[in-house]
Amino acid sequence: MSGRLARLLVRGLPLAWLVLFFLVPFAVTLKISFSSPATAQPPYLPVIDWQGGLEGWREFLEALDFQNYRMIAEDALYRDAALSSLGYAALATAILALTGTPTAYAMARASKRWQPILVALVIVPFWTSFLIRVYAWIAILKPEGLLNGALMKLGLIASPLPILDSPTGVLIGLTYAYLPFMVLPLYAVMSRLDPALLEAAADLGAGRARAFFTVTLPLALPGVAAGALLCFIPMVGEFIIPDLLGGSDTLMLGRVLWSEFFSNRDWPLASAVAVLLLILIVGPVVLFREAELRREEAAEGRGR
Amino acid sequence: MTPFARTALGLALAFLYAPILVLIVYSFNDSKLVTVWGGFSTRWYAILFADGPLIAAALVSLKVALLSAGIAGVLGTLAALALDRHGRFRGRGAYTGLLYAPMVMPEVITGLSLLLLFVGIGLDRGIGTIVIAHATFATGFVAVVVGARLKGLDRSLEEAAADLGASPARVFFGITLPLIAPSVAAGFLLAFTLSLDDLVIASFVSGPGATTLPMRLYSQVRLGVNPEINAASTLMIATVGLVVLAASWLTARRGA
Repeated sequence: MSGRLARLLVRGLPLAWLVLFFLVPFAVTLKISFSSPATAQPPYLPVIDWQGGLEGWREFLEALDFQNYRMIAEDALYRDAALSSLGYAALATAILALTGTPTAYAMARASKRWQPILVALVIVPFWTSFLIRVYAWIAILKPEGLLNGALMKLGLIASPLPILDSPTGVLIGLTYAYLPFMVLPLYAVMSRLDPALLEAAADLGAGRARAFFTVTLPLALPGVAAGALLCFIPMVGEFIIPDLLGGSDTLMLGRVLWSEFFSNRDWPLASAVAVLLLILIVGPVVLFREAELRREEAAEGRGR
Repeated sequence: MTPFARTALGLALAFLYAPILVLIVYSFNDSKLVTVWGGFSTRWYAILFADGPLIAAALVSLKVALLSAGIAGVLGTLAALALDRHGRFRGRGAYTGLLYAPMVMPEVITGLSLLLLFVGIGLDRGIGTIVIAHATFATGFVAVVVGARLKGLDRSLEEAAADLGASPARVFFGITLPLIAPSVAAGFLLAFTLSLDDLVIASFVSGPGATTLPMRLYSQVRLGVNPEINAASTLMIATVGLVVLAASWLTARRGA
């Protein structure tokens, strides 16, 4: 009996916490996204009248409407922000896949003694403050910054390039901040590849490049997919990077949500933006999970 | 390694570390301009240590990080045990999803929705609400770290103890917990640094009087580059460096 109770506690405590502080908040957000802003405390209407019984619920439900979603659909600002969030995230994910693959490949081909050190070197920046690492780029990218200074000294450019406060600045920041998230899953897959496969490819006359593209890369694709998902989702909702490196013209949903909440104090509209953001990222997750399940089934069918 | 692989690796590491190096070097710069070298100086550190609000914010952050990492450490370890030991229980897929989703969820969504919950149930915003929020998103990270250790654990010791008549509770506290302790500590440290690092979620759920270090730094960063922030950053990087060293020592010692 006490064993069953213990099992229930072990499984149930984290579950209860996450339901209460992760799932229920989404339900609350969804509800408030159908409310209207109000100069009250809390700053939205309607508020559920728990004493009102069935009648109170009816009034509550009748006061909800789609006006926030209409606003999002009609005002070009939100559509542009959604599209450019997806665009930035997709472009940065592609850059990450292109830069992360050779990095992870090199790590996996390093000697066994070096591999743990290289992994640690990739992880350490991830442990240091995100805000500070993004902030560090301001000094490098700004017009009188180090990068422009170096390029001008080398005579490559005559006047400073406007990299800070531009889309390029955002892409550099995204690539920089998320590189470990792409490299580590890729490395995990590549370091487990059987070296005999590459030897076989070499024996059959494939050069290094051919072996990489026909053997390593196809087998590493699950790692690329995992890394891409791990980067893409948080990047769509990124706030700090567009805020510090993107200037006032960079539209991203995370930033729109932030300003609706903190500057305009329109909680219902901010909630509707959160729901929109969530819808945008659920699609890729579902696709990935399905691919994952299919692969697992295939692996189990082969393995046992 | 081929020259190509070596170049790729070198470039990637340079890319990862250059900004951090720039930050550290210019924290010792005498000039207020971040791009002009005015000679070596520690004056920004002196200014930093006299900055009362910044130090108060650092203390709030430490308190929040300790408490939230403690909660996440317990919850994450329990969740990892449930996933490793309870077999294919009903709803296992949903359980895993719920555990890992907060790790990738955009912070603006987590922050806003938690705030709306706290306002809805009338919870006063402050250090307590930041602790709850941080524990929520850090639990999954702890579960990943502890789960990796549990997966590689040799069960024979636990089975031997059970065969000798030890109760499940005694097996857990006498054998399992000591064996996974280094990974629990590593998970705790990860949760701790994640909490110290968070700006977005804390900004949403904090209340008057609860300004964390990242919130304070952000309000200064918005005003532009400032060598005092470089000094604060250098100290934070040094602290995290020590924590990472401690964590890798903990995990290497037991091969977690």
